[in-house]
Amino acid sequence: MENRIKTLFNQKSQELLSVYFTAGYPNLEDTVPIILELEKNGVDLIEIGMPFSDPLADGPTIQQSSTIALRNGMTMPKLFEQLKHIRKYTQIPLVLMGYLNPVMQYGVERFCQEASEIGIDGIILPDLPLSDYVRDYKSLFEQHNLNKIFLISPQTTEQRIREIDSHTNGFIYMVSSASVTGSTNGNAMANTDYFQRVAGMQLQNPGIIGFGIHNRETFTQACNYASGAIIGSAFIKALVQEGSLQHNIQTFIQSIKQEA
Amino acid sequence: MNYKVDENGFYGKFGGAYIPEMLYPNVEELRQNYLKIMQEPDFQEELQALLKDYVGRPTPLYFAKRLSKKYNTNIYLKREDLNHTGAHKINNTVGQVLMAKRLGKKRIIAETGAGQHGVATATVCALMGLECIVYMGEVDIQRQAPNVARMKMLGAMVVPATSGSKTLKDATNEAIRDWINNPEDTYYIIGSVVGPHPYPDMVARFQSVISEEIKAQLKEKTGNENPDYVVACVGGGSNAAGAFYHYLDTPEVKLIAVEAAGLGIDSGESAATSVLGREGIIHGSRTLLMQTEDGQVTEPYSISAGLDYPGVGPLHAHLHQSGRAIFESITDDEALQAVLELTRLEGIIPALESAHALAALGKIGAKPNETIVVNLSGRGDKDLTTYLDRFELHGK
Ligand SMILES: Cc1ncc(COP(=O)(O)O)c(C=O)c1O
Repeated sequence: MENRIKTLFNQKSQELLSVYFTAGYPNLEDTVPIILELEKNGVDLIEIGMPFSDPLADGPTIQQSSTIALRNGMTMPKLFEQLKHIRKYTQIPLVLMGYLNPVMQYGVERFCQEASEIGIDGIILPDLPLSDYVRDYKSLFEQHNLNKIFLISPQTTEQRIREIDSHTNGFIYMVSSASVTGSTNGNAMANTDYFQRVAGMQLQNPGIIGFGIHNRETFTQACNYASGAIIGSAFIKALVQEGSLQHNIQTFIQSIKQEA
Repeated sequence: MNYKVDENGFYGKFGGAYIPEMLYPNVEELRQNYLKIMQEPDFQEELQALLKDYVGRPTPLYFAKRLSKKYNTNIYLKREDLNHTGAHKINNTVGQVLMAKRLGKKRIIAETGAGQHGVATATVCALMGLECIVYMGEVDIQRQAPNVARMKMLGAMVVPATSGSKTLKDATNEAIRDWINNPEDTYYIIGSVVGPHPYPDMVARFQSVISEEIKAQLKEKTGNENPDYVVACVGGGSNAAGAFYHYLDTPEVKLIAVEAAGLGIDSGESAATSVLGREGIIHGSRTLLMQTEDGQVTEPYSISAGLDYPGVGPLHAHLHQSGRAIFESITDDEALQAVLELTRLEGIIPALESAHALAALGKIGAKPNETIVVNLSGRGDKDLTTYLDRFELHGK
C-alpha cells in the first residue's frame, strides 16, 4: 500500500492543515476521539505526541500536557493498544512524534513493526541524529513503510538541508523560528528570508511549517511559503476550554480554516 | 581499553550528541573548534594565568593526619575547596568563558544544582563583562540560598526551573530550551561532564588540571605519583573526571566514584545512577539513566543538590561498565556523618557533595601502607543551614 502521506501530497499540495496533540491528554482515552474529530473537521494530517518526561524542544504547553498524559497513565503499550483498530475508522495520515528514549526502551525494531501494523505513516524523533538514523535505522523504517520526518531550523545550513532532504521521505518539518514549541512572542512568521530561501531550494520533499503557528493569520502566512502548517500548542490549549471536546475541536479548526 | 572520547564523541557505547536539529549548528560549531582553540598558545596563556592568579591554583594536596590515623591509612585531600568561589567548578567555567569569547558569543547561560557552577559562571561573566543567566531548580534555590545571593551580587539573573523535581535535571532542560530560543549569540556553559559531545570531553579536559597537579604533588610528597586510590563524588561527574583523568590509563590506581544513595538505594529516594539506571538518553547523551520501564526519566533524590541528578556523564557510564572505576553509594546520613568527622578532625567544613566521597573512606578498606587521594571538591559554606539543622546546632 502506498504511504498515506505520499498519497496526501499527491492529491493536495497547498494549505495542508496538520495538527499535533499529546496522546492521553486531557484524558487517557481521548486519543482516538480526538483523531476522529480532527478528521471530521477537515484536518489533513495528524501528529500524535508520545508524551515524555523531559521534552527538551517543547515549551510550557506541551510540557504540561505531557506531564498530565503521563500522570493519566499513558505509556507506549497503552498508546499502541488505543490505536490498534484506528484504520477501521479513518485513513487520515498519522505521524507519531516523540523523543528517542522511550522509543529506544521499547525497542526501535519493535516500535517500527507495531507502528506499521497499526497503519502509522510517519515518525518524528527530534533528538535522533541524522547520522544515527542513516547508519542504524533507515532501512528498518523503509522496510516498514514509515516516513522519517526531520526538522530544519533557520540556522540549518543549505548543505545540511540538502543532506536531510536526501534522507527524508514524506515532508520536511520547517521549524518557523529559533524557538521551542508554543512560543507566540514575536511573530513566528517574521523570518521570511528563511522561508523564501528554503522554498527556492527546490527540495524533493514538500515543506510544512511548524512551531508558533497559532491562528488563522499565522497559518495563512505559513501557507504562502510551504505546503502547509502544523499547529500544536494552540490546539492543546483549545482542547481544555469550557465545553465538550467535540465542540472545542470544531470551534478551533473552523477558526483556522475560515475567515472570521 | 580506551577511556578517551573517540572521533564520533563516544566512550565505548556511551556519549554522542542526541540533540534536536535546532541545537545542531551550535553544537557542531563547538565540536569543530574546541580542540583547536584549546591548543592555541594565547588561549593556553590566558587560561593558565587565570587559573594561577585568579582561581588560586595549584590547590594544595594536604596530608590529613588525624583522618589518616582514624582510618589507619594515608589520606591526602586535594583541596578544590580552596579555589576561588569554593569548588572545582571554576576550573571549567574559566576555560569555557574563554571558549565563548573566542567564538564571539555575548550571552552566557548555565544550569546549576548546588549553585557552585552557577556562582562560578556568574563570576567569570562578571570578570569578562558578559551577560549571565543561570537556571536553577526551585527546590535548589531554597536549599542553596547563599549561592543564589552570590549569583545575584555578581549580576547574574537566576531563573527558577519549576517543572519535574525542580532540581538539576529540570534546570538543565530549561537551559537547553533557552539555547534553542537563542541560537545566535548565546553560549551554554555546561557545568559537568554531561550533555552532547563535545561537552563531556571539553569539561573533562578543563577539569583534568586536578589530576595533573595531584601527580606532581604526590610525587613530591611521597616519591610516587600514583596513589592506590583516587576517590571522588559523582553528580554529573566533572570533579571525578578531573581527578581521574591522568590516571585513566594507569590500572594500578584504583578509581572510586561515589554516588548519592539519598535515603537508601531501595528507598525510591535515591540518585545512585550506576545501581538504579539503565542505558538511555538524557540531555543529549547516551548514558546510564534512572528511568521507568517505559523510558520516562525518574526523579532522583539526594540531600546534596549537586548530586541530585538521574544520569551520569558518558565517561563514567563507560568507566562503570568496563569496570575501570568502582562505584560506591553513600546515603544522606553517612554523608552528614562524614561532614562532622572532617570538620572536627581536620578543621575543614566540606560541601555535602564532597562529603559523599569522604564517607566512602570507611568502605574502601585501604591498608596502612596504602595511599588514598580524596578529591575535596568544595567547601561547605553553602550548606551551613542544612548542617545547623541536622546537627541541631542552632542556638548552641
Ligand atoms: C562541591 C561540589 N562537588 C561536586 C559536585 C557534583 O558535580 P560533578 O559530579 O560534576 O563534580 C558539585 C555540583 O554542584 C559541587 O558543587
